[in-house]
Amino acid sequence: MPTDANEQSVGLVTPITHHFEHDFELACGKILAGYDLVYETYGELNSERSNAILICHALSGNHHAAGFHSFDDKRPGWFDHYIGPGKPIDTNRFFVVALNNIGGCSGSTGPQSINPATGKRWGADFPGLRVRDWVKSQAELSDLLGIDVWAAIVGGSLGGMQALRWSLEYPERLKHCVVIASAMKLSAQNIAFNEVARKAIMSDPAFHDGNYLEHDTLPRDGLALARMVGHITYLSDEVLGSKFGRELRSGSFKMGQDEGVEFQIQSYLNYQGESFSGAFDANSYIRMTQALDFFDLAREYDNDPVAAFENAQCDFFAVSFTTDWRFSPERSQEMVQALMAAQKKISYVEIESKLGHDAFLLPNARYQEVFAAYMNRVHKSIKRKR
Amino acid sequence: MRFPTKLVQPWIEPGSRVLDLGCGDGTLLRQLSENIDIHGYGLEIDPYNITASIKQGINIIEQDLDKGLSNFADNSFDTVIMTQTLQAVRYPHLVINEMLRVGKQCIVAFPNFGHWRCRWYLNTRGKMPISKFMPYTWYDTPNIHFCTVKDFEELCGENNIELLNRRYVDHYNKSGSASRLWPNMFGVTAIYRITK
Repeated sequence: MPTDANEQSVGLVTPITHHFEHDFELACGKILAGYDLVYETYGELNSERSNAILICHALSGNHHAAGFHSFDDKRPGWFDHYIGPGKPIDTNRFFVVALNNIGGCSGSTGPQSINPATGKRWGADFPGLRVRDWVKSQAELSDLLGIDVWAAIVGGSLGGMQALRWSLEYPERLKHCVVIASAMKLSAQNIAFNEVARKAIMSDPAFHDGNYLEHDTLPRDGLALARMVGHITYLSDEVLGSKFGRELRSGSFKMGQDEGVEFQIQSYLNYQGESFSGAFDANSYIRMTQALDFFDLAREYDNDPVAAFENAQCDFFAVSFTTDWRFSPERSQEMVQALMAAQKKISYVEIESKLGHDAFLLPNARYQEVFAAYMNRVHKSIKRKR
Repeated sequence: MRFPTKLVQPWIEPGSRVLDLGCGDGTLLRQLSENIDIHGYGLEIDPYNITASIKQGINIIEQDLDKGLSNFADNSFDTVIMTQTLQAVRYPHLVINEMLRVGKQCIVAFPNFGHWRCRWYLNTRGKMPISKFMPYTWYDTPNIHFCTVKDFEELCGENNIELLNRRYVDHYNKSGSASRLWPNMFGVTAIYRITK
């Protein structure tokens, strides 16, 4: 934890693991005989239990959304710019819960966990997941924490899809749904990128059909490649250009290939890929991207998102970013249109940013301001209830 | 300058669906929802106004009117309102057509450039008028299409737009006898209720 971690940080936090004893039936019909969820909380739950905010994580996310795990921690949780005292999700006002989804690799039950039926790690046999499975397990976590109604459920990207699913599955259990840089379903282009990422992993000789742990190895190269592809799609051409340009990290154009020329961007992507491949589980990545591909808000409502949203009771707030081409503003606008047609309360802002999809995690004055203004509204709605 | 809610409220059915184009800080929509329980959305493009609207608790959608309203279905709103924005859009006639497509009725309010003060200013000084109501200089104004009461009614005539009601008010938002008798000369703000 940097010593200058200021009064706007939630400070040191400790994750909690809860084991749910009962069977958990997944959307695919398979059953987990009990499961673990790891979560963190920030701020205090008020006596009416009305100030709780659920944070849903994106593809490679986990429960560590804000603060630091130790004094040696160099980097805070993934959504630290937006969670903390005085920040848009103000922990002086709200009780914030962030969890690691089922299928993840940060402690919640996933492919690295032991399958009780075999006594061995699940590996490739871990069942296929849907966004609705996560939402259902999050509802069980809500029950555990005694939270009947979330003041807001907040998610970016894949997290936004979870927030949307919540609004349809448990309409009476959330008052506000905050959907950031997300969509009602992926485009074919999105699915294509995910497929490339999965193929990269599965073609790694160390993958062993997903049972790499039994072979005491890891498909590191494949996972690194998958992350590199993903990483390119999360940034804009502009930010890559301004950050890295065509600068060389080593070698020279004069000597050409003989010397081993490396562009800055190559070096950066390699570093990102390698560090990710040591930190994330390949099977988790496959399962998570599959859930992302499968998500389609309106599929079971005759592909009519207006009909789908008619079930929702909460207020919605959607945010998109101008240079996000993975989840473009148009995808958010489709959702906003459907919500308006369904006569739901919806506000939508499009934030000017050069940072591509990653913008939703990073500081941005206007984003911070409108997000804070909306969360202020969430806070007011809690007070009205009293 | 906020537009007084009372000038349009009598023309709006309580509990109906309202779309406010260029809704500013959202005050009009908030007051309409509080007073007559309308269900509304505001479209706005200015970041400052969008944040202000979020604070007011209204439904605010960031959308550029100059890119059209093609995301709204025909007759999907009971009333489409546009106050003090007509003069700031790229193609006012296209926006009006779109309003009439999306709304069963529309309310348009705009500053009347035919008002005697504007004429006087231009006549005596030979410069574009600057006033409390039109506080911008010609080169940095968001207002690019000023019109007069006469211009607007001519446009409606050419496009077979039905004028249901009209009102003209002075600087204090009051309808005096002068503005009733000679609106194009004495009306500061013109407010029309129109339909196809």
